[in-house]
Amino acid sequence: MKASPKLTNDVFAATDRLPPIKLKKLTKSNIVIRTTMIVLAVLTVYGFVTFNNQKLNFWQNLFATFANFRTIFFQPHFNHFTFSQAFEGVLITLALGLLTTIVGAVVAFFLSLLAAENLTNKTISNSVKTLVAIIRAVPTVLWVLIFAIAAGLGSVAAVIGMSFHSISYLTKAYSESFEELDEGVIEALKATGAGWWQIVFQSIVPNSLTSLISWTFMRFEVNFGVAVAMGAAAGAGGIGYEMFMSGVFYFDIREMGTITYFILAIAIILEIISIQIKARIRA
Amino acid sequence: MSQTFFFKKRVRSLVIFCVVALICFASSVMTQFDLSQGIAAIPKAIVWGFSSFYPTADSFVYLSEIWVKMQETLLVSIAAAATAAIFAFVFAVFGSRITKVNGFIAMLSRAFANLSRNIDVSVWSIVLLLTFGQTPITGFFALFIASFGFLTRAFMETIDESGTDPVEALKATGAGYVPTIFQAVVPSSISQIMSWILFMIETNIRAATLVGILTGSGIGYIFDLYYKRMDYHTASLVVIVIVISILLIEQISNYIRRAML
Repeated sequence: MKASPKLTNDVFAATDRLPPIKLKKLTKSNIVIRTTMIVLAVLTVYGFVTFNNQKLNFWQNLFATFANFRTIFFQPHFNHFTFSQAFEGVLITLALGLLTTIVGAVVAFFLSLLAAENLTNKTISNSVKTLVAIIRAVPTVLWVLIFAIAAGLGSVAAVIGMSFHSISYLTKAYSESFEELDEGVIEALKATGAGWWQIVFQSIVPNSLTSLISWTFMRFEVNFGVAVAMGAAAGAGGIGYEMFMSGVFYFDIREMGTITYFILAIAIILEIISIQIKARIRA
Repeated sequence: MSQTFFFKKRVRSLVIFCVVALICFASSVMTQFDLSQGIAAIPKAIVWGFSSFYPTADSFVYLSEIWVKMQETLLVSIAAAATAAIFAFVFAVFGSRITKVNGFIAMLSRAFANLSRNIDVSVWSIVLLLTFGQTPITGFFALFIASFGFLTRAFMETIDESGTDPVEALKATGAGYVPTIFQAVVPSSISQIMSWILFMIETNIRAATLVGILTGSGIGYIFDLYYKRMDYHTASLVVIVIVISILLIEQISNYIRRAML
């Protein structure tokens, strides 16, 4: 009994001499993560310091913004257009998104056959992938505005301009799903003497069809949002244009509320369909 | 037997093809889109591009002005992604099925994220333009809301995928809620989270161009300025600056991603 306090003292003395237990190992991964975080934090703080160069009253404007949000979501009304006109605008925007997706999917299908490493060689695959990366680096709105000079502002420039990003995105997605396919299937068909197109249409397409459909629909979901934005920024028409008019020309934020609900409703419907397609494919 | 199988398959493909073609036709009529015009526009655009859409010596005078705006846009994009990530992480923790406090808060945080994600960034930027005017703050908040919605969903999926085991193990030791989050959830999903933040920054720079055109700030504004003045040489220089910046950011993030894993 008397010995026990002495024993604990000994244990404490022992731990004093030992180096502390390392809880975290400083690996390369940890260092990179921490450095990135610090750099991002510094840039963010620096950004905040430089943003307010026009000496706005920040808090007052922030509260005004919240008041606007409240008006938008709780007091929507129709003023410059009727329900059927708004509905027509939504349909036009959906149609623009759909045409863009189809044009993008068709072109992307052929490009992705060239970009898939198991269907061509490394040189062709890499050059297609680089081309696609450069296309993606130009923002969609710039593609649309650049095409507007050649084709005039309107649906033609919008669809062709918006297709560029869809092509780029879908080529990457399609070619990755082609590359995931089992090499043996292609070899088996090669052994029977099948030509390149026969391999594509008898094994590649049937085997990856479900993921192709899933990717394409996901892009359609994105393209609806893009079409709204292009209506507002590049004269593509549809609900986006109506929103731009009521927001920037009429300053009618209650009408913007109506439009916001229309956009939200379609976006949620598209998301639900997309989730169901994905779930069905996984099953 | 096999003949009827192939016949049925063919009929099915034909029906699907016809339906898609019909929808496309209806869409073309409604939007007055003409595919032949669209195809014709491509060579026209290429010819125009080579004949007038390239920077000349005169346009390089504006390079420093363009670079200032590009810097502003880069900072706005990074700040929006970084601050949105903090909020998104909190909402994702409350919304994930592994770490949720209770069902109601989980549903609420999911609904909030859905709202900010499903309303397009162009809508947010026009609403914010009314109060914050033509300033970088408008762009920041528009990108912040969009990034928040996207990142919350992405983080939630990341936390869900990281599995219940580490969380349950820590709960069994009697650790509280906050230590559990920081000792179990953060370590197992941090590299994935960083990867999403980097992706968000890339997306934000592209979206910032659009927001800039709508709200008159940043790199989008300066492009719009030269575009509407029909000074296409300088406008093309803006495009080149944007492309180089995006490709550079992509290279940096790819390097970080490789080093993290």
